[in-house]
Amino acid sequence: MPDSAINSLMKSELIEMMARKQSHLAYKDVELAVKSLLEQMSHSLSSGERIEIRGFGSFSLHYRPPRAGRNPKTGDSVELPGKYVPHFKPGKELREKVNEAFLSQGA
Amino acid sequence: MALTKAEMAECLFDELGLNKREAKELVELFFEEVRDALVKGNHVKLSGFGNFALRDKSPRPGRNPKTGKEIPICARRVVTFRPGQKLKQRVEDYAGTQQQ
Repeated sequence: MPDSAINSLMKSELIEMMARKQSHLAYKDVELAVKSLLEQMSHSLSSGERIEIRGFGSFSLHYRPPRAGRNPKTGDSVELPGKYVPHFKPGKELREKVNEAFLSQGA
Repeated sequence: MALTKAEMAECLFDELGLNKREAKELVELFFEEVRDALVKGNHVKLSGFGNFALRDKSPRPGRNPKTGKEIPICARRVVTFRPGQKLKQRVEDYAGTQQQ
């Protein structure tokens, strides 16, 4: 798919879409809720705790072992310590729905 | 222990004073909207957290690892997640406090 064909949904647009569907709630409340959800998720991962959302997917940490790197400016070799990085594994429902939509559009 | 939708809703109830049903609906709606955007072929960018993107994979020959038999793998679309700088940094800072 060419890059030009890809639209991105930004956080602000997501909040607007949610607020339109939850019209009994103030926009501000929906905004605060989305920010809270993202903060809860960030906090959970940065405390080493997994996130499991049925149908959507799970987030966990993957360990990257120490490796030899290089200072790009000086070319000196530096030892990079091991670290954890966030990892997302799409759930079955998300995986299947995304792929089905892709296949039916291509057909 | 893992963070789940139920816990997230509980936190919205505690923090924002939404009632339990509203909190639960918002949590559901959040993940539904992200999922629908991806199903429609859009990427989702959540600043401070990360970006969900789509990758289209070409068909390739595959193998059943059990039997060794060759089976073609069809073209498909997969969801990928790239954590944002802020989230990566927070996770690394945590890891730095752990004994390896």
